[in-house]
Amino acid sequence: MSEVIFTNEMDEEMTLNMGPHHPSTHGVLRFIISSDGEIIRKAVPDVGYLHRSIEKIGERNTYPGYMPYTDRVDYVAAMFANECWASACEKLMGITVPKRAQYLRVISCELNRISSHMVGLGAMAMDIGAVTPFPWTLRERERVNDLVEELCGARLTYNYHRIGGVSFDVPKGWVDKALRFLDLFDPAMEEFDRLITLNDIFIKRLANVAVISAEEAVDWGLVGPNLRASGVKWDLRKADGYSVYPELDFDIPVGVGKHGTPGDCWDRFDVRVKECRESSKILRQALVKMDEHPEDDILGKLPKKLKPEGEAYARVESARGDMGCYVIGAGKEEPYRCRFRTGSFTAMGIIEAKSPGLFLADLVALIASLDVVAPEIDR
Amino acid sequence: MTPEAIFEKLKTELGEEAVFDFHPVSAKDRDAWLQVAPFEIERACEFLKTTAGLSFDYLECITGVDYPDLKKIVVVYHVYSYTQKHRIVLKVFLDRDDPTMPSIVNVWSTANWQERECFDLLGVLFEGHPDLRRLLLPDDWEGHPLRKDYEEKEEYHGIPTVRPNPIELFKIQIPAKEAKAS
Repeated sequence: MSEVIFTNEMDEEMTLNMGPHHPSTHGVLRFIISSDGEIIRKAVPDVGYLHRSIEKIGERNTYPGYMPYTDRVDYVAAMFANECWASACEKLMGITVPKRAQYLRVISCELNRISSHMVGLGAMAMDIGAVTPFPWTLRERERVNDLVEELCGARLTYNYHRIGGVSFDVPKGWVDKALRFLDLFDPAMEEFDRLITLNDIFIKRLANVAVISAEEAVDWGLVGPNLRASGVKWDLRKADGYSVYPELDFDIPVGVGKHGTPGDCWDRFDVRVKECRESSKILRQALVKMDEHPEDDILGKLPKKLKPEGEAYARVESARGDMGCYVIGAGKEEPYRCRFRTGSFTAMGIIEAKSPGLFLADLVALIASLDVVAPEIDR
Repeated sequence: MTPEAIFEKLKTELGEEAVFDFHPVSAKDRDAWLQVAPFEIERACEFLKTTAGLSFDYLECITGVDYPDLKKIVVVYHVYSYTQKHRIVLKVFLDRDDPTMPSIVNVWSTANWQERECFDLLGVLFEGHPDLRRLLLPDDWEGHPLRKDYEEKEEYHGIPTVRPNPIELFKIQIPAKEAKAS
């Protein structure tokens, strides 16, 4: 980033308060900004307005009983926290998940990734002034929600995954409905590109804004689309190859700085758009391959009593990147300690370091492009 | 590199007083971990990050765990290398009455917020941290909630922390069979 020179004469530093109820802060987030006119000297995030002590609640609930709470870790992409908790428990207890259940997990998670990115993309466009794309993305999200509702009965906090598998198999005719949705979704993304992603004004607004270099992204622990937009080609689904992802063919989109520098706001937007297409590709394969495995074999063999001893750390690639769950069992029905490591939390950490020299309006673009969700920061 | 090899390399570099107590992967410890002496953590992390062949560039997670029985607070570091694709877990055992240790913000910037969270919820003091304030809880909050002996106050600035049980409040009748099951 270029050096910013602040004038000492006529110094009129101003302290601004942004949030916690600001429309562009995605939930309740607060920034204390000291600025020189339009240029930010420092923006200090003040988080914790949505702190619900998920980790403390975990210590008071049984292993399966904690599942609905994990939905609330990230309510825009609840499926991933479900999967993360389930896989941490499975790793701790040494449970194998049936293949069909793993496919159902992949399908539900990829659907959720689409719906989560739809909110992220639409909200980002709206934050910087383009109102039209938001209803377009919500239309797609609505279709996904309808599908997931048929699958597990809920539209937002799914509570779908179980330790050892998933709670329901697909209902009759659901696979066809999902394929029909994808047939509508792929051209809709083409339209979306023409509408906003490749829009000249939009590109000019976002290219070269708040560039995060690859080194910075790694150093600050950015994960998921934010990391990949900076040009680091790393995806947990490929690197770890957990669940059935090795059996599926997909690419990892990375930011290349097509209209500016790698790691600018436009790249972060574009990577998410491309990721939606990859999710669609994964879904098409998984929906077909799922049928190779017997129906209703969706829950693995569990021990009679879930009282594990030891510790395990499991990771999944959520819509906001590497989500980790660290669980310690002490031979009781309740975990001794559980910890969620989330993508938004580390993404928020970088804002204080990136903000000096940004325009006030660009801070909004930066927050939106990192796609932070307040409950995931605070947990 | 296997966790065993990483442990050996750390031990030869830093000495047996600094790095010890290696636990390989087992049915109990699903990820291999090793212990680092509290005041060697920064050196150990620096070595892990900068040595070719190790190059741990990504600090995944900092977790604090309270063990009142052992009189210890354990800080757990999960680290990963993007280039080498290997992982290791470091644990630092601190005295529960005086949980002080050096900060590793200078090694990985992402430690900044994670250490603040650990301080907020468990009261671990990270020496050399540039901005060790409470992160999630209000500044005037008393105590550190993730400690096992933490007792919730009845109210915070006039806001009660206890809600009446809705079953008793609205006089909900539970069928006898379900009441037995729950």
